[in-house]
Amino acid sequence: MKFDVILRVGTKLILPFVLLFALYVQMHGDYGPGGGFQAGVIAAGMIILYAIIFGVRRAKEIAPQRVVEIMIPLGVLIYAGTGVVSMFLGSNFLDYSHFAHDQLHAHEWGIFIVELGVLVTVAGTMTAMFYAFSERGR
Amino acid sequence: MELLHVFAQHYNFFITIFLMVSGLYVVIARGNMVKKLIGLGLFQTSVYLIYLTPAKIIGGTPPIVDKAYTVYSNPLPHVLILTAIVVGVATLALGLALTVRIHEAYGTVEEDEIFAKEGEI
Amino acid sequence: MSAVSSHLPVLQVILPLLGAVLTAFMRRGQLAWSVTLIVSWMLPVMAANMLLQVLTSDPILSYRLGGWAPPYGIEYRVDKLGAFVIFIVSLMGAVTLPFARKSVAHEVAEHNQAWYYTMYLLCQAGLLGIAVTGDAFNAFVFLEVSSLATYVLISMGPHRRALLAAYQYLIMGTIGATLYVIGIGGLYLVTGSLNFADISMRLGDASDDQMRAILMSMAFIVTGVSLKLALFPLHVWLPNAYAYAPSFATAFLAGTATKVAICLLLRILFSVFGAAIAFKTLPVQHLFLVLSVAAMFVASFAAVFEQNLKRMLAYSSVAQIGYITLGIALANQAGMTGSLAHIFNHAVMKTALFLALGAIAYRVGVMRLRDLSGIGRKMPLTMAAFVVAGLGLMGVPGTAGFISKWYLAVGAIDAGMTPLVFLIVASSLIAVVYIGRVIEVAYFREPSVACSDAKDPPLSMLLPLLLLAAATIYLGFDTRLTAGIASDVAEALLGGLKQ
Repeated sequence: MKFDVILRVGTKLILPFVLLFALYVQMHGDYGPGGGFQAGVIAAGMIILYAIIFGVRRAKEIAPQRVVEIMIPLGVLIYAGTGVVSMFLGSNFLDYSHFAHDQLHAHEWGIFIVELGVLVTVAGTMTAMFYAFSERGR
Repeated sequence: MELLHVFAQHYNFFITIFLMVSGLYVVIARGNMVKKLIGLGLFQTSVYLIYLTPAKIIGGTPPIVDKAYTVYSNPLPHVLILTAIVVGVATLALGLALTVRIHEAYGTVEEDEIFAKEGEI
Repeated sequence: MSAVSSHLPVLQVILPLLGAVLTAFMRRGQLAWSVTLIVSWMLPVMAANMLLQVLTSDPILSYRLGGWAPPYGIEYRVDKLGAFVIFIVSLMGAVTLPFARKSVAHEVAEHNQAWYYTMYLLCQAGLLGIAVTGDAFNAFVFLEVSSLATYVLISMGPHRRALLAAYQYLIMGTIGATLYVIGIGGLYLVTGSLNFADISMRLGDASDDQMRAILMSMAFIVTGVSLKLALFPLHVWLPNAYAYAPSFATAFLAGTATKVAICLLLRILFSVFGAAIAFKTLPVQHLFLVLSVAAMFVASFAAVFEQNLKRMLAYSSVAQIGYITLGIALANQAGMTGSLAHIFNHAVMKTALFLALGAIAYRVGVMRLRDLSGIGRKMPLTMAAFVVAGLGLMGVPGTAGFISKWYLAVGAIDAGMTPLVFLIVASSLIAVVYIGRVIEVAYFREPSVACSDAKDPPLSMLLPLLLLAAATIYLGFDTRLTAGIASDVAEALLGGLKQ
């Protein structure tokens, strides 16, 4: 797509808003429609769009393969780690009640951290899947 | 007439059954591995409908608490199906990855051609 | 200590999961193996602790995930059956893992080895999760977690056919899991609940109108789970999957994966639907009876004519699963005890057999019977363990296999089906043929070219093998761990039948 000016310029214009929208969906996930999974897919969509227009090699300069591969277990670690922390605080696995003094606040925090883990894993997985399939057969 | 009534009342289940059976048919009848995965996807989609269609409560709003509304749709099936969709995506990705590897190893994704290369499997 | 013990049910899932995350960061297989070993050795200790608690003090350990009370939240619920199966699965993992280090380094490509252990731990987490959870949909998620990990494990096999086997299993396994989840959907529509205990309570006051939907759900669930446990006509994925997976994966899966599916089936049939619906309204009992007997014979005959040793044992697994489902179909105290004891015994024996084949794959690298003539003289300890475990598979008195078959035979007589005893003995005789065939080739022929310089594998591989072979003999005399606990579990399961 080297010479397609409209696509190249258009993509560059859209990309920041895609990321912003991903963050919007992420931040509103705890009390409205949205959440880590959707946000992760949108964020990965940004990388994939960039890779389609500008090539996988340049996409890997933004999101290197190794980083993407680390993101996958990292998100799970954040998620499971939240659960383990709550166990050390004296409640059940993934029971956020002890994260803050006010129970409602504690739950909001808990869900926020967990959703962050989901975002990291999903964005990483989707990008890794795209890299894996686009690299094959060359 | 009564049959038509039953059909109209439960049309969502008939759509489900149609999807389920056609998906299963594609999985069984096609020899192309990618087509088989498409059939598998259809088959799984029917499950999403089984859960999701009864979750809509007529007159219900999205389940976000608000003083103006008292009737909400059931959110639980949506959460379950979100999980099921993720599982479906993972299965599809793994299936496609295997298909790519099979194509690299055998040079084809048609089952009968692969079996011809390997003898009986 | 009490702080840990209250978390035991959930730790069974979290520990392997965290281990999987840690190994996923790693690049080197040896390091990942060490992490896996630590996790795998912690699990059976905790599982034994839970089993002891369930058998002696409180019969059900309930754990509220996220602090949400059942039936609204996900409940982890360890009953006698669950604790028994968890113990078997975690024990098999712990015993076989020392074998994995050299075997995996030999068979799996270097850059995949760390991933291999990640997948193993995910599989372990999924399998334990199925046994531990009290939530129907959660069970589906764990089923898929373990299945997806299994597909990857199989596809890492050394031969390109492993890819095909993994693909076939993926298609079949996904259909099975989807059928299961359709059934759960039906139950959810009727009862509005996903908690096993709650569903079973609400099914009690279901109207006749709802009966059709309930029976449909049961048909879907039983078919789906039967696919996963490789009940006779639905077993076609199993021989290839076991034959082409890496040796360690085969040994682990043969002992655990189908067993956990049986645990799920038992829970659905006896705890959720209750014997009244499961066995009186639908002919599930007769269906299982016929299919089990068919499995015992057809799969055993297939094993006799199979040249690839791994495939031969895989077919034998299908036949042995037939024995287990036979006991379920009998649905009386002795039959059920035999069936549950056979879950343990078969796990021990079949894992030993597959480990022996793994040792042969490590030293010789071929699996065709005719290439392995005289292997018994070259690898004496390995083949001795193979023979002992093989004798157990036949059901020779003094081995573990005899105990479970004895109980099955008693169960058949109790149920007034004496001809079944002859069928059990007859199918055991077929096992004599296919195991005997291997013994004949291994000991009474001149060593072939392929195994001319073979010798017993290193100690880390030999030790698990000998341990399991010794257990085959030991469990043939001391039945407290198998039949003793199994009869307790059977009593708990059949409680609903007597009313």
